[in-house]
Amino acid sequence: MSTSFETSSSSATPGGSGAKELAPDLALKIHDLMLKARVLEDRLITMYRQGDGYFWIGGPGEEAFNVPLGLLVDKGQGIQHDYLHLHYRSSATLLALGADPVDSLRQMKNTATDPYSRGRNFAGHYSARKWNVAPISSPIEVQYSIAPGTALAQRAAGSKGITIVQGGDAGTAEGDFATCLVWSSRKGTELPILIIVTNNKYGISTPYEGQHGEVRISDRGKAFGMQTATIDGNDVESAYWGLKKAIDYVRTERKPYLLEAMVSRLNGHSSASGANFVKDELDCLASWEKKLEERKLKTRAEMDEMRAKYTQELLEASKRVREEPQPAGESIWDHVFAAKNHVAGEG
Amino acid sequence: MATMVQAIRMALHVGESRLGVTDIFGEDVGPPLGGVFTATQGLKTAWNSPLDERGIVGMAIGLALAGRKPVAEIQFCDYAFNTVDLLKIAGNTYWSSAGDWNVPMVLMTPVGAGIRGSIYHSHSFDAQATRIPGWKIVMPSNPRDAYGLLLSAIVDPNPVFFLKPKALLRAKARPGEEIPGEPGDDKALSKMIDAPLGDRSKWQPEWPKLDDLFIPIGEARTARAGQHVTVLTYGRNVPMALAAADELAREESVEVEVIDLRSLHPYDWTAIKASVKKTHRVLCLNEDTEITNFGEHLVRRIVEELFYELWAPPALLAGAHVPGIGLADNLEHASVPTKDKVKQALKDLAKQVP
Repeated sequence: MSTSFETSSSSATPGGSGAKELAPDLALKIHDLMLKARVLEDRLITMYRQGDGYFWIGGPGEEAFNVPLGLLVDKGQGIQHDYLHLHYRSSATLLALGADPVDSLRQMKNTATDPYSRGRNFAGHYSARKWNVAPISSPIEVQYSIAPGTALAQRAAGSKGITIVQGGDAGTAEGDFATCLVWSSRKGTELPILIIVTNNKYGISTPYEGQHGEVRISDRGKAFGMQTATIDGNDVESAYWGLKKAIDYVRTERKPYLLEAMVSRLNGHSSASGANFVKDELDCLASWEKKLEERKLKTRAEMDEMRAKYTQELLEASKRVREEPQPAGESIWDHVFAAKNHVAGEG
Repeated sequence: MATMVQAIRMALHVGESRLGVTDIFGEDVGPPLGGVFTATQGLKTAWNSPLDERGIVGMAIGLALAGRKPVAEIQFCDYAFNTVDLLKIAGNTYWSSAGDWNVPMVLMTPVGAGIRGSIYHSHSFDAQATRIPGWKIVMPSNPRDAYGLLLSAIVDPNPVFFLKPKALLRAKARPGEEIPGEPGDDKALSKMIDAPLGDRSKWQPEWPKLDDLFIPIGEARTARAGQHVTVLTYGRNVPMALAAADELAREESVEVEVIDLRSLHPYDWTAIKASVKKTHRVLCLNEDTEITNFGEHLVRRIVEELFYELWAPPALLAGAHVPGIGLADNLEHASVPTKDKVKQALKDLAKQVP
């Protein structure tokens, strides 16, 4: 994996190690969240392997990008805050928003206490109206069709909030990605939307080259007059500043921006492809820890200790979650129809 | 009295002026056309979308999630088939998020044959719609019901399909099908709310003072009382069944009870049960293709729950299971129920005794 990418916008953040250093507090906060996210995904994979769940899918390898994303969001409920249409590799973003990692274990164990779906949906399929996180759905592309709706609502309301939609490179083959580009860029109705593609260069087991003719996915935005960039999503600082630039642009200009982030996929696509660790991919967490060591912000021993502590905490949490109740069969009839219009503020 | 398309337009006007409708959109829905059937002429929140059905449904879901109240249109239901997984998402979002997010949207689409629309403008969608849980599905058979059901669909916090029977869109209301507040004079109404031909850029509709009429979703209507045979139907086949029933009463002294379901989901089992217990014979009638037809579901439930009430096997009269509706008159008539076929089916049922 190269660590340097050309950017297509005129004053884009350079990729790789050339990006501006983050302040120590922020650098350490991001590390803490990246580590928690990695340990969480490791625990979810272990739970799956031990029979404490039926399917694992997640995003180890995307933490350097997904944690800054969660930190840069204007978090809240309703039209005045940012809407997030994420995908199932977004656990690090949820943790950065403030989610409890134990709730992810509950969803893996499909307990009645799972706050995201009450045992109805896969791991990593989050839903959090309190933070404008739209329900994550297994089809890899549909969020690209839905996101322009929240962005249009924000435009109509004169909101300062923006819409952020994220998917993977393989999903851009679907028409929904074209839908997103078209509906976001109509002349006179440009939408405040950040369209993110995290490119890990695989669609399950099919390599990027087997699916794409275009060199950069971000180039597709140029045809629609969008600001675009491709950044190194494996480098925390490139990701942070690249995201900040894109979010600031959308928030200020109220226009769409297409951001492609090159990332690693460290554990296979899902339990369907084994979920084993892939040794020849760059590990963004290891790279970031090396930088923190070089900058003398953390020692190796301190970081090892943190990892051990988080690992132990989640191990214990998984044992507790195992004892939590499963949903009752008759609960299938709950929430088929709403009695009140919650999203419009009723009830 | 209004036509169904005028009734829909007036309901949308009420929707956007006092029930919170924020966006009425779809292909050619906004000015200058106001919809290929003119259902959205003169509405202040109507706008034209790109020619992209998946985008229309996705946009409606997104707007709904953000607390707005969209009414989207798929120009012909034939073009809704490439949106089925998004329709599934609209239907499952409340359930999959365990009550976190509801999706308050209305999706209108014209359905069925009757305008010589050939293969791609004659599909039915009612059976398909009932296969997507989480949606409420309504289909009016007259202007008053169109108005009242659409108002109910608009205020419902769930996704609602409003299926428009295209063969009835321009049919005039009959006595008893008035919309509260509409002028009684057809010409006066037309002058007020129908856009003129030619340049419409300066035209503004003059809406009558309309009253609320909420026809509850899930409530059927007895369109005609009778004691010998029940017809369970909706949409375009309601007036057809009524005409067949009137003829049978005159010619054969057979009194047919016509139940206009109005809502396909949830459907009015109480009304169905009461009618079957009264007549003991039942015909399910619609024009969607007959294999895995919504009427088959009704037949199954009637057999399971009302078997000992039946004096004849419940029957289904539906569209032929062929890949399309042909353009020629003879082909269209051979593909969907007609008044003569309905009459024959009812006559056959009425003759049967245990």
